[in-house]
Amino acid sequence: MSASGGAVSSPTAYLPAGLPRPVPEPDGLDTPYWEGTRAGELRVQRCRDCGAWQWGPEWICHRCLGFDLAWAAVEPRGRIYSWERAWHPVHPALKDHGPYIVVLVELPHAGGVRVVGNLLGDPLQPVEIGAAVAAVFEPHEDPKAAFTLVQWRKTG
Amino acid sequence: MSAPRTIRGRVAVAGIGETAYYKHGQAPESEVALALRAVLAACADAGIDPRQVDGFASYSNDRNDPSRLAAALGLPELRFSNMQWGGGGGGGSAAAGNAAAAIAAGYAECVVVFRALAQGQFQRFGAAPPAATVSGEAALTFPYGLISPAQRFAMRVMRFMHDHGIRPQAQRAIALASYHHAQSNPRAVMHGRPLTPEAYDASRWIVEPFRLFDCCMENDGAAALVLVSAERARDLPQRPAYLLGAAQGSEYRSGARGHNAPTYASASFTTVAPHLYAMAGVAAKDVDVVQSYENFTGGVLMSLVEHEFFAPDEANEFLTVENLTAPDGRLPLNTSGGNLAECYMHGLELQIEAVRQLRGESTSQVPGARVAMVISGPMVTPVSSMILGTEAAL
Ligand SMILES: [Zn+2]
Repeated sequence: MSASGGAVSSPTAYLPAGLPRPVPEPDGLDTPYWEGTRAGELRVQRCRDCGAWQWGPEWICHRCLGFDLAWAAVEPRGRIYSWERAWHPVHPALKDHGPYIVVLVELPHAGGVRVVGNLLGDPLQPVEIGAAVAAVFEPHEDPKAAFTLVQWRKTG
Repeated sequence: MSAPRTIRGRVAVAGIGETAYYKHGQAPESEVALALRAVLAACADAGIDPRQVDGFASYSNDRNDPSRLAAALGLPELRFSNMQWGGGGGGGSAAAGNAAAAIAAGYAECVVVFRALAQGQFQRFGAAPPAATVSGEAALTFPYGLISPAQRFAMRVMRFMHDHGIRPQAQRAIALASYHHAQSNPRAVMHGRPLTPEAYDASRWIVEPFRLFDCCMENDGAAALVLVSAERARDLPQRPAYLLGAAQGSEYRSGARGHNAPTYASASFTTVAPHLYAMAGVAAKDVDVVQSYENFTGGVLMSLVEHEFFAPDEANEFLTVENLTAPDGRLPLNTSGGNLAECYMHGLELQIEAVRQLRGESTSQVPGARVAMVISGPMVTPVSSMILGTEAAL
Protein backbone atom coordinates (compact mmCIF):
# COMPACT_ATOMS: atom_id res chain seq x y z
CA MET A 1 0.00 0.00 0.00
CA SER A 2 1.32 3.44 -0.86
CA ALA A 3 1.51 4.98 2.57
CA SER A 4 2.63 8.52 1.97
CA GLY A 5 1.85 9.24 -1.67
CA GLY A 6 0.99 12.86 -2.27
CA ALA A 7 2.03 13.99 1.18
CA VAL A 8 4.34 16.94 1.58
CA SER A 9 5.56 18.73 4.65
CA SER A 10 4.17 22.14 5.39
CA PRO A 11 6.73 24.85 6.13
CA THR A 12 4.20 26.89 8.06
CA ALA A 13 1.31 25.91 10.29
CA TYR A 14 -2.30 26.63 9.29
CA LEU A 15 -3.29 27.89 12.74
CA PRO A 16 -1.31 30.17 15.04
CA ALA A 17 1.05 28.76 17.63
CA GLY A 18 -0.25 28.36 21.16
CA LEU A 19 -3.09 25.89 20.74
CA PRO A 20 -2.88 22.84 23.02
CA ARG A 21 -0.13 20.43 21.99
CA PRO A 22 -1.26 16.83 21.35
CA VAL A 23 0.45 14.17 23.44
CA PRO A 24 -0.12 10.40 23.33
CA GLU A 25 -2.45 8.92 25.89
CA PRO A 26 -0.81 7.78 29.11
CA ASP A 27 -1.83 4.16 28.43
CA GLY A 28 -0.13 4.22 25.02
CA LEU A 29 -3.26 3.50 23.01
CA ASP A 30 -2.63 6.10 20.30
CA THR A 31 1.18 6.24 20.37
CA PRO A 32 1.49 4.47 16.96
CA TYR A 33 -0.77 7.11 15.41
CA TRP A 34 1.39 10.00 16.59
CA GLU A 35 4.61 8.18 15.67
CA GLY A 36 3.08 7.62 12.23
CA THR A 37 2.37 11.26 11.58
CA ARG A 38 6.02 12.07 12.40
CA ALA A 39 7.01 9.54 9.72
CA GLY A 40 4.62 11.02 7.17
CA GLU A 41 2.12 8.20 7.53
CA LEU A 42 -1.58 8.33 8.32
CA ARG A 43 -2.23 5.25 10.43
CA VAL A 44 -5.57 3.91 11.64
CA GLN A 45 -6.46 0.66 13.33
CA ARG A 46 -7.28 -2.54 11.45
CA CYS A 47 -8.27 -5.80 13.07
CA ARG A 48 -5.93 -8.68 12.32
CA ASP A 49 -8.73 -11.17 12.95
CA CYS A 50 -11.68 -9.82 10.97
CA GLY A 51 -10.23 -6.99 8.89
CA ALA A 52 -12.47 -4.28 10.33
CA TRP A 53 -11.19 -0.72 10.13
CA GLN A 54 -11.44 1.33 13.30
CA TRP A 55 -10.97 4.98 14.24
CA GLY A 56 -10.65 6.59 16.82
CA PRO A 57 -8.46 4.09 18.49
CA GLU A 58 -9.70 1.52 20.97
CA TRP A 59 -8.18 -1.53 22.62
CA ILE A 60 -10.74 -3.92 21.15
CA CYS A 61 -12.21 -4.50 17.71
CA HIS A 62 -15.82 -3.32 17.76
CA ARG A 63 -16.83 -5.97 15.20
CA CYS A 64 -15.29 -9.26 16.37
CA LEU A 65 -14.23 -8.24 19.90
CA GLY A 66 -10.66 -9.39 19.32
CA PHE A 67 -7.78 -7.50 20.89
CA ASP A 68 -5.32 -8.02 18.05
CA LEU A 69 -5.43 -4.65 16.32
CA ALA A 70 -2.80 -3.62 13.80
CA TRP A 71 -1.89 -0.09 12.75
CA ALA A 72 -2.32 0.26 9.00
CA ALA A 73 -0.76 3.12 7.06
CA VAL A 74 -3.47 4.25 4.66
CA GLU A 75 -3.22 6.30 1.52
CA PRO A 76 -3.77 9.82 2.83
CA ARG A 77 -6.58 10.75 0.51
CA GLY A 78 -10.27 11.08 1.16
CA ARG A 79 -13.37 13.15 0.63
CA ILE A 80 -15.00 15.83 2.73
CA TYR A 81 -17.76 14.30 4.85
CA SER A 82 -18.62 17.55 6.64
CA TRP A 83 -17.05 20.89 7.44
CA GLU A 84 -17.39 24.09 9.43
CA ARG A 85 -15.97 27.58 9.29
CA ALA A 86 -15.10 28.80 12.79
CA TRP A 87 -15.23 32.54 13.39
CA HIS A 88 -15.50 33.08 17.13
CA PRO A 89 -12.10 32.62 18.82
CA VAL A 90 -12.52 30.21 21.72
CA HIS A 91 -8.84 30.07 22.59
CA PRO A 92 -6.43 32.96 23.29
CA ALA A 93 -4.16 31.73 20.49
CA LEU A 94 -6.97 32.33 17.98
CA LYS A 95 -7.78 35.89 19.06
CA ASP A 96 -7.62 38.26 16.06
CA HIS A 97 -6.77 35.35 13.75
CA GLY A 98 -9.99 35.36 11.73
CA PRO A 99 -11.97 32.45 10.37
CA TYR A 100 -10.58 29.02 9.64
CA ILE A 101 -12.00 25.81 8.19
CA VAL A 102 -12.28 22.45 9.93
CA VAL A 103 -13.06 19.41 7.77
CA LEU A 104 -14.14 15.92 8.61
CA VAL A 105 -12.53 13.69 5.99
CA GLU A 106 -13.87 10.24 5.16
CA LEU A 107 -11.39 7.61 3.98
CA PRO A 108 -13.41 5.36 1.62
CA HIS A 109 -10.49 2.93 1.15
CA ALA A 110 -10.20 2.44 4.94
CA GLY A 111 -13.72 1.38 5.76
CA GLY A 112 -15.04 4.91 5.69
CA VAL A 113 -13.36 5.96 8.93
CA ARG A 114 -13.19 9.73 9.42
CA VAL A 115 -10.42 12.04 10.51
CA VAL A 116 -10.52 15.69 11.57
CA GLY A 117 -8.22 18.34 10.12
CA ASN A 118 -8.12 21.80 8.61
CA LEU A 119 -8.71 22.58 4.94
CA LEU A 120 -5.68 24.51 3.70
CA GLY A 121 -6.03 27.55 1.50
CA ASP A 122 -8.34 30.56 1.60
CA PRO A 123 -10.35 30.39 4.83
CA LEU A 124 -13.30 31.97 2.96
CA GLN A 125 -13.26 29.46 0.10
CA PRO A 126 -16.47 27.58 -0.68
CA VAL A 127 -16.41 24.04 0.67
CA GLU A 128 -18.30 21.15 -0.86
CA ILE A 129 -19.26 17.98 0.93
CA GLY A 130 -17.91 15.10 -1.12
CA ALA A 131 -14.92 17.02 -2.52
CA ALA A 132 -11.68 15.04 -2.93
CA VAL A 133 -8.82 15.98 -0.62
CA ALA A 134 -5.27 14.81 0.07
CA ALA A 135 -3.27 15.03 3.26
CA VAL A 136 -0.52 17.52 3.95
CA PHE A 137 1.64 16.62 6.94
CA GLU A 138 2.29 19.66 9.10
CA PRO A 139 5.28 19.22 11.42
CA HIS A 140 5.57 21.25 14.60
CA GLU A 141 9.12 21.21 15.88
CA ASP A 142 8.02 22.09 19.39
CA PRO A 143 11.14 22.02 21.61
CA LYS A 144 9.17 20.33 24.41
CA ALA A 145 7.96 17.54 22.13
CA ALA A 146 7.72 17.62 18.37
CA PHE A 147 4.46 16.50 16.78
CA THR A 148 2.90 16.45 13.32
CA LEU A 149 -0.67 17.29 12.39
CA VAL A 150 -2.47 15.96 9.32
CA GLN A 151 -4.03 18.72 7.22
CA TRP A 152 -5.94 18.53 3.94
CA ARG A 153 -5.98 20.24 0.56
CA LYS A 154 -8.46 19.97 -2.27
CA THR A 155 -7.37 17.87 -5.22
CA GLY A 156 -10.44 18.05 -7.48
CA MET B 1 -47.96 -12.76 34.68
CA SER B 2 -45.50 -10.04 35.56
CA ALA B 3 -46.53 -6.39 35.58
CA PRO B 4 -45.43 -4.29 32.60
CA ARG B 5 -42.05 -2.70 33.23
CA THR B 6 -42.87 0.95 32.93
CA ILE B 7 -43.02 4.12 34.98
CA ARG B 8 -46.09 5.29 33.07
CA GLY B 9 -48.50 6.95 35.47
CA ARG B 10 -46.66 5.76 38.58
CA VAL B 11 -44.72 8.90 39.44
CA ALA B 12 -45.50 12.60 39.21
CA VAL B 13 -43.78 15.94 39.49
CA ALA B 14 -45.39 17.49 42.56
CA GLY B 15 -43.24 20.59 42.93
CA ILE B 16 -41.02 22.88 40.90
CA GLY B 17 -38.55 25.47 42.12
CA GLU B 18 -35.89 27.76 40.79
CA THR B 19 -33.75 30.64 41.84
CA ALA B 20 -33.68 33.90 39.97
CA TYR B 21 -31.70 33.46 36.75
CA TYR B 22 -28.54 35.52 36.28
CA LYS B 23 -26.14 36.30 33.50
CA HIS B 24 -23.17 33.98 33.76
CA GLY B 25 -20.79 34.94 36.52
CA GLN B 26 -23.32 37.24 38.19
CA ALA B 27 -24.87 34.92 40.76
CA PRO B 28 -24.76 36.77 44.09
CA GLU B 29 -24.07 33.64 46.11
CA SER B 30 -22.38 30.29 46.02
CA GLU B 31 -23.46 27.56 43.63
CA VAL B 32 -24.36 25.22 46.50
CA ALA B 33 -26.47 27.94 48.10
CA LEU B 34 -28.32 28.31 44.81
CA ALA B 35 -28.92 24.55 44.74
CA LEU B 36 -30.28 24.59 48.28
CA ARG B 37 -32.60 27.50 47.51
CA ALA B 38 -34.00 25.70 44.46
CA VAL B 39 -34.62 22.56 46.50
CA LEU B 40 -36.44 24.55 49.19
CA ALA B 41 -38.48 26.39 46.56
CA ALA B 42 -39.54 23.12 44.93
CA CYS B 43 -40.52 21.64 48.30
CA ALA B 44 -42.52 24.74 49.17
CA ASP B 45 -44.27 24.53 45.80
CA ALA B 46 -45.06 20.87 46.46
CA GLY B 47 -46.36 21.65 49.93
CA ILE B 48 -43.96 19.26 51.66
CA ASP B 49 -41.45 19.66 54.48
CA PRO B 50 -37.96 19.54 52.91
CA ARG B 51 -37.08 16.87 55.47
CA GLN B 52 -39.33 14.47 53.60
CA VAL B 53 -36.85 14.43 50.71
CA ASP B 54 -34.93 11.16 50.71
CA GLY B 55 -33.19 11.17 47.35
CA PHE B 56 -31.44 13.31 44.75
CA ALA B 57 -30.74 12.88 41.06
CA SER B 58 -28.70 15.11 38.80
CA TYR B 59 -26.57 15.05 35.65
CA SER B 60 -23.60 16.54 33.85
CA ASN B 61 -21.29 16.12 36.82
CA ASP B 62 -23.17 18.55 39.02
CA ARG B 63 -20.75 19.66 41.71
CA ASN B 64 -23.29 19.68 44.56
CA ASP B 65 -23.35 16.12 45.76
CA PRO B 66 -26.35 14.60 47.49
CA SER B 67 -24.55 13.78 50.71
CA ARG B 68 -23.64 17.41 51.22
CA LEU B 69 -27.16 18.57 50.37
CA ALA B 70 -28.68 15.98 52.70
CA ALA B 71 -26.38 17.03 55.55
CA ALA B 72 -26.99 20.72 54.88
CA LEU B 73 -30.75 20.18 54.88
CA GLY B 74 -30.70 17.91 57.94
CA LEU B 75 -32.46 15.08 56.11
CA PRO B 76 -33.30 12.17 58.43
CA GLU B 77 -31.97 9.73 55.86
CA LEU B 78 -30.68 9.59 52.28
CA ARG B 79 -32.00 6.62 50.32
CA PHE B 80 -31.14 7.42 46.72
CA SER B 81 -28.31 9.41 45.15
CA ASN B 82 -27.87 9.30 41.43
CA MET B 83 -25.68 10.96 38.82
CA GLN B 84 -26.43 10.41 35.17
CA TRP B 85 -23.27 9.82 33.13
CA GLY B 86 -22.42 12.18 30.32
CA GLY B 87 -21.75 15.84 29.83
CA GLY B 88 -23.79 18.59 28.32
CA GLY B 89 -27.48 18.72 29.02
CA GLY B 90 -28.16 15.24 27.67
CA GLY B 91 -28.98 13.89 31.11
CA GLY B 92 -31.78 16.25 32.10
CA SER B 93 -34.66 13.95 31.28
CA ALA B 94 -32.63 10.90 32.28
CA ALA B 95 -32.18 12.32 35.78
CA ALA B 96 -35.95 12.66 36.09
CA GLY B 97 -36.38 9.18 34.66
CA ASN B 98 -33.85 7.76 37.12
CA ALA B 99 -35.63 9.47 40.02
CA ALA B 100 -38.96 8.11 38.84
CA ALA B 101 -37.53 4.62 38.51
CA ALA B 102 -36.23 4.79 42.08
CA ILE B 103 -39.67 5.77 43.36
CA ALA B 104 -41.45 3.12 41.28
CA ALA B 105 -38.98 0.48 42.48
CA GLY B 106 -39.37 1.45 46.13
CA TYR B 107 -35.83 2.73 46.67
CA ALA B 108 -37.07 6.14 47.80
CA GLU B 109 -40.26 8.09 48.41
CA CYS B 110 -39.45 11.66 47.47
CA VAL B 111 -36.62 12.41 45.07
CA VAL B 112 -35.42 15.85 44.04
CA VAL B 113 -34.03 16.30 40.55
CA PHE B 114 -31.80 19.37 40.47
CA ARG B 115 -29.11 21.26 38.59
CA ALA B 116 -27.11 24.26 39.81
CA LEU B 117 -24.66 26.38 37.87
CA ALA B 118 -22.56 29.34 38.93
CA GLN B 119 -20.01 29.33 36.16
CA GLY B 120 -18.32 32.51 37.33
CA GLN B 121 -17.03 30.40 40.20
CA PHE B 122 -15.77 27.66 37.87
CA GLN B 123 -14.73 27.08 34.24
CA ARG B 124 -17.10 28.24 31.47
CA PHE B 125 -18.43 25.72 28.97
CA GLY B 126 -17.84 27.82 25.88
CA ALA B 127 -14.19 28.65 26.53
CA ALA B 128 -11.19 26.40 25.99
CA PRO B 129 -9.81 24.83 29.14
CA PRO B 130 -6.44 26.39 29.91
CA ALA B 131 -4.25 23.37 29.22
CA ALA B 132 -0.92 23.35 27.39
CA THR B 133 -1.35 19.76 26.23
CA VAL B 134 -4.26 17.52 25.25
CA SER B 135 -4.54 13.78 24.81
CA GLY B 136 -7.12 11.20 23.82
CA GLU B 137 -10.01 12.45 21.73
CA ALA B 138 -9.11 16.09 22.38
CA ALA B 139 -5.70 15.50 20.78
CA LEU B 140 -7.50 14.61 17.54
CA THR B 141 -9.50 17.86 17.48
CA PHE B 142 -8.13 20.69 19.66
CA PRO B 143 -4.92 21.27 17.63
CA TYR B 144 -7.18 21.93 14.62
CA GLY B 145 -9.18 24.57 16.47
CA LEU B 146 -12.12 22.21 17.03
CA ILE B 147 -12.57 22.89 20.72
CA SER B 148 -15.86 24.37 21.95
CA PRO B 149 -19.28 22.71 22.05
CA ALA B 150 -20.46 24.84 19.11
CA GLN B 151 -17.46 23.68 17.10
CA ARG B 152 -17.98 20.05 18.13
CA PHE B 153 -21.57 20.00 16.89
CA ALA B 154 -21.51 22.30 13.84
CA MET B 155 -20.33 19.60 11.45
CA ARG B 156 -23.18 17.27 12.46
CA VAL B 157 -25.71 19.96 11.63
CA MET B 158 -23.86 20.99 8.47
CA ARG B 159 -24.08 17.44 7.16
CA PHE B 160 -27.77 17.09 8.10
CA MET B 161 -28.69 20.37 6.40
CA HIS B 162 -26.71 19.34 3.32
CA ASP B 163 -28.34 15.91 3.13
CA HIS B 164 -31.87 17.32 3.34
CA GLY B 165 -31.59 20.72 1.69
CA ILE B 166 -32.50 22.57 4.87
CA ARG B 167 -32.32 26.35 4.65
CA PRO B 168 -30.91 28.68 7.35
CA GLN B 169 -34.43 30.01 7.93
CA ALA B 170 -35.33 26.73 9.63
CA GLN B 171 -32.74 27.34 12.34
CA ARG B 172 -33.79 30.97 12.50
CA ALA B 173 -37.42 30.07 13.23
CA ILE B 174 -36.32 28.08 16.28
CA ALA B 175 -34.37 31.03 17.66
CA LEU B 176 -37.21 33.47 16.94
CA ALA B 177 -39.75 31.23 18.68
CA SER B 178 -37.67 31.09 21.86
CA TYR B 179 -37.18 34.86 21.90
CA HIS B 180 -40.86 35.43 21.14
CA HIS B 181 -41.90 33.36 24.15
CA ALA B 182 -39.32 35.03 26.40
CA GLN B 183 -41.05 38.36 25.85
CA SER B 184 -44.07 37.09 27.83
CA ASN B 185 -41.92 35.59 30.59
CA PRO B 186 -40.68 38.04 33.22
CA ARG B 187 -38.23 35.45 34.57
CA ALA B 188 -36.44 35.25 31.22
CA VAL B 189 -32.99 36.76 30.96
CA MET B 190 -33.96 38.03 27.48
CA HIS B 191 -37.35 39.41 28.59
CA GLY B 192 -37.69 42.86 27.04
CA ARG B 193 -35.08 42.08 24.39
CA PRO B 194 -37.02 40.85 21.36
CA LEU B 195 -35.26 39.34 18.36
CA THR B 196 -36.21 40.22 14.79
CA PRO B 197 -35.44 38.18 11.66
CA GLU B 198 -33.26 41.07 10.49
CA ALA B 199 -31.24 41.08 13.71
CA TYR B 200 -30.80 37.33 13.45
CA ASP B 201 -29.61 37.55 9.85
CA ALA B 202 -27.20 40.36 10.73
CA SER B 203 -25.73 38.56 13.72
CA ARG B 204 -22.16 37.32 13.56
CA TRP B 205 -21.14 33.78 12.82
CA ILE B 206 -19.92 31.77 15.77
CA VAL B 207 -19.13 28.78 13.61
CA GLU B 208 -20.98 28.12 10.37
CA PRO B 209 -23.81 27.05 10.26
CA PHE B 210 -24.43 28.67 13.68
CA ARG B 211 -24.90 32.41 14.14
CA LEU B 212 -24.81 34.09 17.53
CA PHE B 213 -28.54 33.60 18.07
CA ASP B 214 -28.35 29.89 17.27
CA CYS B 215 -26.27 29.38 20.39
CA CYS B 216 -27.46 29.07 23.98
CA MET B 217 -26.60 31.53 26.67
CA GLU B 218 -24.49 30.65 29.67
CA ASN B 219 -26.19 31.52 32.94
CA ASP B 220 -26.09 31.11 36.68
CA GLY B 221 -28.90 29.76 38.81
CA ALA B 222 -30.47 26.56 40.07
CA ALA B 223 -33.64 24.57 39.39
CA ALA B 224 -35.28 21.60 41.08
CA LEU B 225 -38.23 19.24 40.70
CA VAL B 226 -39.87 17.19 43.47
CA LEU B 227 -40.95 13.71 42.35
CA VAL B 228 -43.22 11.45 44.39
CA SER B 229 -45.51 8.52 43.68
CA ALA B 230 -48.67 9.27 41.73
CA GLU B 231 -50.82 8.35 44.76
CA ARG B 232 -48.98 10.76 47.00
CA ALA B 233 -49.01 13.52 44.37
CA ARG B 234 -52.81 13.41 44.30
CA ASP B 235 -52.85 14.39 47.99
CA LEU B 236 -50.57 17.38 47.50
CA PRO B 237 -51.73 20.87 46.56
CA GLN B 238 -50.43 21.13 42.99
CA ARG B 239 -51.99 19.53 39.96
CA PRO B 240 -49.70 16.53 39.34
CA ALA B 241 -47.67 16.25 36.16
CA TYR B 242 -47.41 12.50 35.64
CA LEU B 243 -44.47 10.89 33.92
CA LEU B 244 -45.78 8.97 30.96
CA GLY B 245 -42.36 7.88 29.84
CA ALA B 246 -38.64 8.58 29.89
CA ALA B 247 -35.81 7.18 27.81
CA GLN B 248 -32.09 7.67 27.57
CA GLY B 249 -29.18 6.39 25.51
CA SER B 250 -27.74 6.79 22.05
CA GLU B 251 -27.23 5.02 18.74
CA TYR B 252 -24.84 2.26 17.70
CA ARG B 253 -21.30 3.44 18.47
CA SER B 254 -22.46 7.00 19.07
CA GLY B 255 -19.42 7.44 21.29
CA ALA B 256 -16.88 6.42 18.63
CA ARG B 257 -14.14 8.99 19.05
CA GLY B 258 -12.91 11.57 16.61
CA HIS B 259 -16.32 12.19 15.02
CA ASN B 260 -16.73 8.55 13.95
CA ALA B 261 -20.30 7.94 15.11
CA PRO B 262 -21.85 5.95 12.24
CA THR B 263 -25.09 7.94 12.55
CA TYR B 264 -23.22 11.24 12.49
CA ALA B 265 -25.82 13.71 11.22
CA SER B 266 -28.07 13.10 14.19
CA ALA B 267 -29.12 14.50 17.54
CA SER B 268 -28.55 10.95 18.92
CA PHE B 269 -32.26 10.20 19.48
CA THR B 270 -32.97 7.77 16.64
CA THR B 271 -32.98 4.78 19.00
CA VAL B 272 -34.15 6.68 22.11
CA ALA B 273 -37.33 8.27 20.78
CA PRO B 274 -39.06 4.98 19.83
CA HIS B 275 -38.54 3.69 23.38
CA LEU B 276 -39.96 6.92 24.75
CA TYR B 277 -43.13 6.74 22.68
CA ALA B 278 -43.58 3.04 23.38
CA MET B 279 -43.48 3.59 27.12
CA ALA B 280 -45.62 6.72 27.09
CA GLY B 281 -48.26 5.14 24.87
CA VAL B 282 -48.61 8.27 22.80
CA ALA B 283 -47.50 9.33 19.32
CA ALA B 284 -46.01 12.59 18.10
CA LYS B 285 -49.46 13.82 17.06
CA ASP B 286 -50.63 13.56 20.69
CA VAL B 287 -47.95 15.93 21.99
CA ASP B 288 -49.39 19.38 22.71
CA VAL B 289 -46.20 21.28 23.51
CA VAL B 290 -42.46 20.55 23.31
CA GLN B 291 -39.52 21.89 25.28
CA SER B 292 -36.42 20.95 23.29
CA TYR B 293 -32.95 21.73 24.64
CA GLU B 294 -31.22 24.33 22.55
CA ASN B 295 -27.50 24.05 22.85
CA PHE B 296 -27.71 25.04 19.20
CA THR B 297 -30.79 25.46 17.04
CA GLY B 298 -29.63 22.79 14.59
CA GLY B 299 -29.71 20.30 17.44
CA VAL B 300 -33.35 21.18 18.10
CA LEU B 301 -34.10 20.70 14.42
CA MET B 302 -32.67 17.18 14.38
CA SER B 303 -34.29 16.35 17.76
CA LEU B 304 -37.73 17.23 16.42
CA VAL B 305 -37.15 15.10 13.33
CA GLU B 306 -35.99 12.15 15.41
CA HIS B 307 -39.07 12.48 17.64
CA GLU B 308 -41.13 12.23 14.42
CA PHE B 309 -42.78 15.65 14.44
CA PHE B 310 -41.87 16.04 10.77
CA ALA B 311 -39.66 14.34 8.21
CA PRO B 312 -36.26 15.84 7.43
CA ASP B 313 -37.43 16.94 4.00
CA GLU B 314 -40.38 18.77 5.59
CA ALA B 315 -38.18 20.89 7.87
CA ASN B 316 -38.25 24.00 5.71
CA GLU B 317 -42.05 24.10 5.64
CA PHE B 318 -42.63 23.00 9.23
CA LEU B 319 -40.12 25.22 10.98
CA THR B 320 -41.80 28.61 10.87
CA VAL B 321 -42.36 31.04 13.72
CA GLU B 322 -46.11 30.67 13.25
CA ASN B 323 -45.97 26.89 13.68
CA LEU B 324 -43.66 27.04 16.70
CA THR B 325 -45.37 29.65 18.87
CA ALA B 326 -48.14 29.46 21.46
CA PRO B 327 -51.04 29.50 21.70
CA ASP B 328 -52.06 28.37 18.20
CA GLY B 329 -48.96 26.97 16.50
CA ARG B 330 -48.91 23.39 15.24
CA LEU B 331 -46.12 22.58 17.68
CA PRO B 332 -45.47 25.28 20.30
CA LEU B 333 -41.79 25.05 21.15
CA ASN B 334 -39.76 26.27 24.12
CA THR B 335 -42.61 28.30 25.54
CA SER B 336 -40.59 29.85 28.39
CA GLY B 337 -37.82 31.03 26.07
CA GLY B 338 -35.69 27.96 26.73
CA ASN B 339 -31.93 27.90 26.85
CA LEU B 340 -31.73 30.62 24.23
CA ALA B 341 -33.79 33.29 25.91
CA GLU B 342 -35.13 32.27 29.34
CA CYS B 343 -32.08 30.82 31.01
CA TYR B 344 -29.41 28.25 30.35
CA MET B 345 -30.21 26.23 33.47
CA HIS B 346 -28.67 23.32 31.65
CA GLY B 347 -32.12 22.44 30.39
CA LEU B 348 -33.81 21.78 33.70
CA GLU B 349 -35.84 24.96 33.20
CA LEU B 350 -37.43 23.03 30.32
CA GLN B 351 -38.82 20.37 32.67
CA ILE B 352 -40.21 23.15 34.85
CA GLU B 353 -41.87 24.79 31.86
CA ALA B 354 -43.41 21.48 30.79
CA VAL B 355 -44.96 21.17 34.27
CA ARG B 356 -46.24 24.75 34.09
CA GLN B 357 -47.91 23.98 30.77
CA LEU B 358 -49.70 20.98 32.28
CA ARG B 359 -50.80 23.09 35.26
CA GLY B 360 -52.07 25.77 32.88
CA GLU B 361 -49.63 28.29 34.35
CA SER B 362 -47.22 29.09 31.51
CA THR B 363 -46.67 32.67 30.43
CA SER B 364 -47.21 31.34 26.88
CA GLN B 365 -49.90 28.80 27.66
CA VAL B 366 -51.05 26.24 25.12
CA PRO B 367 -54.79 26.00 25.82
CA GLY B 368 -55.77 22.67 27.32
CA ALA B 369 -52.27 21.16 27.13
CA ARG B 370 -52.43 17.52 28.29
CA VAL B 371 -49.20 16.02 26.96
CA ALA B 372 -45.84 17.80 27.15
CA MET B 373 -42.47 16.55 25.92
CA VAL B 374 -39.00 17.51 27.09
CA ILE B 375 -35.97 16.71 24.93
CA SER B 376 -32.60 17.02 26.65
CA GLY B 377 -29.19 17.88 25.26
CA PRO B 378 -29.08 16.85 21.59
CA MET B 379 -25.91 15.57 19.88
CA VAL B 380 -24.13 14.36 23.02
CA THR B 381 -24.20 10.80 24.27
CA PRO B 382 -26.16 9.63 26.13
CA VAL B 383 -29.15 11.87 25.45
CA SER B 384 -32.59 11.61 27.02
CA SER B 385 -36.19 12.71 26.63
CA MET B 386 -39.40 12.44 28.62
CA ILE B 387 -43.14 12.86 28.27
CA LEU B 388 -45.36 14.28 30.99
CA GLY B 389 -49.13 14.28 31.08
CA THR B 390 -52.08 15.53 33.07
CA GLU B 391 -54.54 13.24 34.86
CA ALA B 392 -56.61 13.28 31.68
CA ALA B 393 -53.68 11.87 29.70
CA LEU B 394 -53.37 8.76 31.87
ZN1 LIG C 1 -12.19 -7.73 14.42
